[in-house]
Amino acid sequence: MSDPTVTLGLWGVPLAILGGALRVSAPFLFVSLGECITEKSGRVNLGLEGTLVMGAMSGYGASLWSGSPWVGVAVAGAVGAAFGALHGWLCGRPKVNDIAVGIAMMLFGIGLAFFLGKPLIQPTAPRLPALSLGFFSDIPQVRSALQVNALFLAGVVLAPCLRWGLLRTRWGLILRTVGESAEAARAMGYDVNRVRLWATVAGGVLAGIGGSFLSLFYPGSYNEGLSSGQGLMAVALVIFARWDPVRCLYASLLFGGATALGPALQSVGVTSGYYLFNATPYALTLGIMILSSSAKRTSVDLPAELIAQR
Amino acid sequence: MTASAAASDASDTDTSAIVARVKPGSLEPPRLTAKNMSKRFGDLLALEDVSFTLSPGSVHALLGENGAGKSTLVKCIMGFYRADRGQILVGDSEVQVSSPRDARGLGIGMVYQHFTLVENMTVAENLVMARANLPAILNWKAEHAAIDAFMERMPFRIAPSRTVRQLAAGEKQKLEILKQLYLGNRIMILDEPTSVLTPQEADDVLGMLRGLCQNMQLSVAMITHKFREVKAFADEVTVLRRGRFAGTGRASELNAAQLAEMMVGAEPPASSITRSSRTSTPAALLEINALCANDDIGLPILKGVQLHVSPGEIVGVAGVSGNGQDELVEVLAGQRLPTSGQLRVNGKPYVPRRDQMRRERVRLLPESPLRNACVAQMSVSENIAFRSFDVPPFCSAGWWLEKSRMKQRALSAIADYSIKTQSADAPIGSLSGGNVQRAVLARELSDGAAVLVAANPCFGLDFAAVREIHGRIVKAREGGTAVLLVSADLDEIFALSDRIVVMSEGRIVYECDAAKADLAEIGQHMAGHSSDATHAAE
Repeated sequence: MSDPTVTLGLWGVPLAILGGALRVSAPFLFVSLGECITEKSGRVNLGLEGTLVMGAMSGYGASLWSGSPWVGVAVAGAVGAAFGALHGWLCGRPKVNDIAVGIAMMLFGIGLAFFLGKPLIQPTAPRLPALSLGFFSDIPQVRSALQVNALFLAGVVLAPCLRWGLLRTRWGLILRTVGESAEAARAMGYDVNRVRLWATVAGGVLAGIGGSFLSLFYPGSYNEGLSSGQGLMAVALVIFARWDPVRCLYASLLFGGATALGPALQSVGVTSGYYLFNATPYALTLGIMILSSSAKRTSVDLPAELIAQR
Repeated sequence: MTASAAASDASDTDTSAIVARVKPGSLEPPRLTAKNMSKRFGDLLALEDVSFTLSPGSVHALLGENGAGKSTLVKCIMGFYRADRGQILVGDSEVQVSSPRDARGLGIGMVYQHFTLVENMTVAENLVMARANLPAILNWKAEHAAIDAFMERMPFRIAPSRTVRQLAAGEKQKLEILKQLYLGNRIMILDEPTSVLTPQEADDVLGMLRGLCQNMQLSVAMITHKFREVKAFADEVTVLRRGRFAGTGRASELNAAQLAEMMVGAEPPASSITRSSRTSTPAALLEINALCANDDIGLPILKGVQLHVSPGEIVGVAGVSGNGQDELVEVLAGQRLPTSGQLRVNGKPYVPRRDQMRRERVRLLPESPLRNACVAQMSVSENIAFRSFDVPPFCSAGWWLEKSRMKQRALSAIADYSIKTQSADAPIGSLSGGNVQRAVLARELSDGAAVLVAANPCFGLDFAAVREIHGRIVKAREGGTAVLLVSADLDEIFALSDRIVVMSEGRIVYECDAAKADLAEIGQHMAGHSSDATHAAE
């Protein structure tokens, strides 16, 4: 046990994947939980990629300015709320298509973050603290793999809470009603547009927070290629998770693990095809979309309003 | 009333307070009066100076053709529209109803023609969702118990844990009515509540409503166009015609002829279609063998359909909607892939693709033609050319479209089928429903169809258009076309068919000669075996 790095051998790969999953999956988790809320209301917000990048930029900026990373998280959530509100308001106009608005919002968010974030690339902002869950082990790889961020743990708790909330609270019931049948909701006197607006705002808040994780914990700095499409992948992930928050958590871990595959293999010396392994999450997204879609049937879990509008 | 009932028993939970409101023996429902209602939509005067009174504990039928203003009237009462003029009174006091929420506050509830239930949620969730003042956290155990207690007092019950998707059409309609009672509404407006039910289910539901009214638990205003239901279940009837009041009276004192005259004025109500009787039965032209297909979520919906249609024959497919009729038409139209089974036309295997449709002259008259058979933004002329734009004489050298020839053809179709349009170049979406259907008929029938598949061809059309379209279909039959008529309207099936088959749960379960057909017998077969489950309460 004098040199654990050597004795660990190939066990390092699954360990690194696990560590990666815990570290990388938080943005996937927050964006997919947010998108899950929005889609449950019968609307798709493809703009969450833009919200994620804006959250990363604004969170980093606020952390730098205030000296507290938690202020950064709060600001990122607020910016996400503003983006969600803009999307929700635009989609509430008559004859506006949520997909088109989502793509516009995505490009707007990315562009705005690039523009406003130029001065943030150089300086170093205070980062979010990590909890060392690997304290029981003296193997350094285990300890470093189990450096878990508090925000991620919050997301892990949030997922079952959301599932419970959807089933057991007034808001959950109204949200599902609006997402399953706008007509039924209207007949019962609910304002469909307002419910969807709030669902989109809630989705934006979570996506913004997910973004702050990117810049304030892992990778932990701000640059323009930060998100690399994680916001879009998270939207696909909701379909894979069949609109269930707890399954969103599992799917996020899977995607996080896939993202960590390249670096994990590199750590044991498999360097050939490094960039190919880094493409694993994209391939996974594509594979999942192919497997989960069918020309002949629609999923029963799919909120019915998502098809009704098309 | 609500507040006092809830306050009188402080230990009661919110849910049981609601249940308490529909206890028998409480006060009678208030009188509902609509006075001199008028409503204009742009140039169209949808409702002009119409008054109507719903007496406590009565069933009041609102009768009229499509577009007569019945729906506009009730939507004004329900607060979906704001009447331009007129008053609404509940009891003796005038009320302002500017949204469905206001109507609900006054104890007025509406049951729509199409279900407003959420298919993917349970019966309990659907009931609870409809309630005002939901608690922030729902205790489903207590809600289920409260709903069970509520159902206990109702003439029929549905288990609260069942998913609405699994309910039969009759059960769904009963659940809609239960929902209104659960909400404590004492005045109920129903918009064609029986249009998706079998005759037996309809009698069952209406009989239950009438019983509740006789117990003074409820007053019911019911939009309908079925004389039979007016005669059998209504106390009073008000007839509207073209947005105006056309008459009112006690249902027991008016006969069908008088009602019909009020409804359509001088015009006769329905056409008596003349047709030659068939002497021999030629070999089948369209054959459907053991056809199976899945529905949108991948479950079997057609389970071995066996059917044939001969030249010069109209086969009417009756059935409660949702038993596979739509999917059968989609398979025949090439919109849905069968999972097994065989289609044959003229003895040859048939795959519904453009080339085979053209060769065998298989034509379609789908439901809602503007959506299913037309491109709304394209012109009448282009829409009429859909079957033939890619072959001579409308297409030269395989790629050049002869627009002027298309237009000539369209102009002759417009004349032959008396399609009312501004011009052949007007977008077909600008035409009225009847004229869209005429244009589609012109396209499908004018060059001689061998097989015609028609699905609810007259849905939502007025008498004149219905008469003409029925005439065209019969004329096609006289010319030797094999017609498969799928319709939710039993009157239409009886009026047109030579042979009637009943479709239930994805199969053809009954077949009879139209001349010897018996409505009750057909109704029983439409109900299939699932009808027993709805009578759990007795």
